[in-house]
This record gives sequence, structure tokens and C-alpha cells, in this order.
Amino acid sequence: MNKQMGWFSWIALGLGFTFLYLPIFILVLYSFNDSKLVTVWGGWTLRWYGELFANDGLMNAARVTLIVAVIASTLATVLGTLAGFALARLGRFKGRTLFSGMILAPLVMPEVITGLSLLLTFVALSVDRGFLTLILAHATFSMCYVAVVVQSRLAGFDLSVEEAAMDLGAKPATVFFRITLPLILPAVVAGWLLSFTLSLDDLVIANFVSGPGSTTLPIKIWSQVRLGVSPEINALSTILIGLVALGAVAASYVQKRRGWGQEA
Amino acid sequence: MAAFEGASARWARRIIIGVPYVWLAAFFLTPFLIVLKLSLSDATRTKPPYQPQGPDFPADESGWGLLSLPWRLLEYLGSWLSGGWAFLAALDFENFVWLAEDSLYINAYANSLWIAGVSTVLTLLIGYPLALAMTRAPEKWRPVLMLLVILPFWTSFLIRVYAWIGILKPEGLLNLALMSLGLISEPLEIYNTPTAVYIGIVYSYLPFMVLPLYATLSKLDPALLEASADLGAKPLTSFWRITLPLSLPGILAGSFLVFIPATGEFVIPDLLGGKTLMIGKVLYSEFFNNLDWPLASAVAVLLLLLLVGPIVLFQRYGAKQEALG
Repeated sequence: MNKQMGWFSWIALGLGFTFLYLPIFILVLYSFNDSKLVTVWGGWTLRWYGELFANDGLMNAARVTLIVAVIASTLATVLGTLAGFALARLGRFKGRTLFSGMILAPLVMPEVITGLSLLLTFVALSVDRGFLTLILAHATFSMCYVAVVVQSRLAGFDLSVEEAAMDLGAKPATVFFRITLPLILPAVVAGWLLSFTLSLDDLVIANFVSGPGSTTLPIKIWSQVRLGVSPEINALSTILIGLVALGAVAASYVQKRRGWGQEA
Repeated sequence: MAAFEGASARWARRIIIGVPYVWLAAFFLTPFLIVLKLSLSDATRTKPPYQPQGPDFPADESGWGLLSLPWRLLEYLGSWLSGGWAFLAALDFENFVWLAEDSLYINAYANSLWIAGVSTVLTLLIGYPLALAMTRAPEKWRPVLMLLVILPFWTSFLIRVYAWIGILKPEGLLNLALMSLGLISEPLEIYNTPTAVYIGIVYSYLPFMVLPLYATLSKLDPALLEASADLGAKPLTSFWRITLPLSLPGILAGSFLVFIPATGEFVIPDLLGGKTLMIGKVLYSEFFNNLDWPLASAVAVLLLLLLVGPIVLFQRYGAKQEALG
């Protein structure tokens, strides 16, 4: 409200962001710690990063995770863009309530339920667990995020541009590819990036639907982390955090100053 | 809308709605029916470990493999519906009776709801001042502050929970810091207790609370607060009478976004909670350790029933303020 920020705001911002970032900062710091004991500082080193890249199991899991994430998020972006477009531009249609329900429910659905139900479906269909089931599962929950992002981007534009193009004789497909798609492209790109990180991050659902040959990075990290803190995992986490930070900065750059809570 | 009223566009319209619709029906809706069906079946020592009830899933007769999925799913749905009452009569509610009679499950549900509820309130108490302060920060800082809130949300959930293990352990950094400051003489026992679960949930879900709160608070008309100040209201009065009531949609959206997934949370109690009983962990161990798929399904069905109310409320009131939109 005022141009001047009060002491209250300074304290809230300071404490809030310290709480959000201190644990991550400590994790990153200790990935450079030259000591087997994770809480004792033994000087700077890069050796955990070296051991990380020499760890075949982890590297293999990283490859599986990346392949799944790229395919799943591409699929999710296509499906989610269609769904977001349908919700924002196609007005009423039969089963719209169910449709928007199916888009929103996965955003809050506990992961154990999603994971269990998808696995049981794959078993009922006798589809073997592996890459395919991981991709189908990840594409399904990610497409809902894409749909929401695309829908809100579309809701921010008035229809007059599309209508003008129609009046000038453009076919619907032309309107979509020449006008609508360029308009929503930032949201589509941001949706892809979001899907990518969601897929990269997923542990619980992957635990249900992955097979012996398709162990993902989060599953590997989780099984090591359960045994305690390890500097190697700190190093791996640091790399992942760095990648995600880059991605998020890129996404917010494409989104420019629109989206992400600026419109609701 | 206008773009899709032409006769030539009818097919485009069908495809745009139909493709994601069929996909979600296949991979979101049908799976729930399958869980429901399994929750009413008996566990066996076969592979897969259950004795199915109700119609079988149609086998692939076309030889189209996975491409035949949508068609087979529709056929399956149809056989459920046409089975009607005869099928209902044959159902076996044994798993649900088991859940109701064993206090372990009841306690796990109650504990999960309690932990999720308390964590939601704590997240709100921490998130609200932060969101409010963000709206009062200078205009040019706000995109950066937004990004700073979103960044952890994009960062691996698992890694953020893991980061707390090193801090909360008996020989961890928090205890080291407090002991070297002379504030405590014995290490605090936080790791592997419910307290650690609270910390983990509040920390992991804070962005989900802050984003919708910020979205509503930043749309609040500053003129309202000025008018109230001009009329002699103290800042605190203005907050209670104007800011708080007007930010209610954001509070609701944020609370649902935290409460619903936190109730079924698995990773946080598993890594930080030690023996802390939560239903997500129970479901997981029924499935993976005891291999009792029907019972795990029954646990999921009951959890879903508990959460249906909040999910419907979220869709009705929260979704418009949805953080992502």
C-alpha cells in the first residue's frame, strides 16, 4: 500500500525467505565439504562430484529419468494444451463439469492414490511396468498442470483478435496456428518446463509404476537417503537444484511478467 | 467460441475436447474404478495377488496392443454398468470391515487428518505475513520475490525433505548450533518424531500457500485501506476488518492445496517421521511390504472418501484462485 515498507514487512520477508532457502543453501554448501562426516566441515572439495559421475547406477537412473521426462512432458504439453484450449475457448460442451473436475483433481490428489490406481490399471491391462508405464503416468498428471497454465493464459486474452481473423476469412485452423498458438506459446513452453520438472521429481508414483529396468533417479536417491545423509547425494542434489533453477528462470523469462499468480 | 461454430470446425472441436477427455477417462477415472473393484476383492497368494470381483478386463482380441486401450477401457466401463445390481449383491466388503475393526487404520486416518490440519494452519501463519509483505515490497522487486517463492516449488520435493535430515538429526546442524550457543545441553529429539513431519510439511508446501495468497492480496484495492485509515482505523483494525476478509478466497485455495495432498503424504513421514503413523505410509506398506493389494485399495478408497469433500470444495471455491492460474 505505502511506498515505504514497514519493519513488519522486512521481518516477514527476511524470515520467510531464510526459512525457504537456508536448508537448500546448507545442502549445497555441504556438497563441497571434504569430510565423510556430513556435519563436520573439512575444507572444500569437488570429490563427491567426481564419485557421482563414476557411479554407474546413478548415471543409468539419470538417463532413464531424462528420457521419461522429455517424452512425458512433450505428451503432457500436447494433451494439456488441447484441454486448456477446450476449457477456455470452446464454451459449453457435454460433460464439461466432469472434464474440468478431471483436470483439477490430480493437482491435489495424494500421490499414493494416483500411483496405486495407475499401477492396478496397468496390471489389469497386463501392460508390463517400465518406460511406457512411467511415461503414461507422468504425462497424465503433468497434462493437468499444463492445462491450467494454458487456460489461464487464454483467459487473459480477449476474443477480438481471433474474431477479427475469422471475419477476414481465415479458417479456424489458420486462426489457431497463426494467432492463438503464438499467443499462448509462452504458457505452452512454461507448461512443458513445469511438466519436465514434475516428472524429474516424482518419487511416489514412479515407485508404483516403474519396473526393474526403469529405476528413476528419485527412486535411487530415496533408497540411499533412507540410510542417512551422504555427501554424494548432496552433490547430486546440488546439480539438480542448479538445473531446475536455470529452468525456472528460463520459464519465468518466457512468461515475462504474465502468469504465475499475476492473474488468477 | 465464435471460431468453433462453423460446420467445418465441428470435427476440430470434437478432437480438441475428445483427445484429452478420453485420455483422462482412461488414466485418471478408470483407475479409480479398478481400485474400487480391487478393494472389494480377496487377497490371494497368486500373481497378481488378488481374487478379482466383478467383470474382468477385456483381453486384447484385436491384436492392436496398447492402441486398443481406449476401446477396451470403454468396454470395461460398460460391463460394470450393465452388471448392475447382480454385481453389487456379490460384492465383498470384508476389507472395509477389517479397516473399521483394527484401531491401527482408524488411528492412521485420524492422525493424518490431524497432522495435515495443524500443518495447514502453521503454513497459513507463516505464509500469510510473507505474502502480505510481498505485496508491500517495491513494484520492481515483486517479480523477483515471486520467482524466489516459485523456485523451491520447482525444486525436487525429495531433495528439500532430505535437506532437513542433516539439520534435524541428533548430531545435526540445528543441535550443533544450539549446543554451541549454550541454549541446550542435550540434543533435541526432533528427527523421527511428528515435529519433524510438521516442519517437513510446512516447509515443502509453503509455496502452495503463498502463491494463491499473494494472488488475492495483490489484487486488493489500496484505496480501501487508505479510506479506512482516513476514517481513523488503526492498521491492525484495517487488517482484521478489510484485508483478512477480502483475502479469504486465497486463504481457502492455499489451505486446500496444502491440506489435501498433505493428508496422504508419504515421503515426508517416511523420511522424517520415524514411527509417526500416517495413512499414506500404511497404504504404501500394505501394498509393497504385505503385498495385500485389496487391503491397500480399500485404504485408498476410504482415504479418497475422506478427501472428496475438501476436493469438491477446492474445485468450487479454490480453483479460481489456483496458484498456477
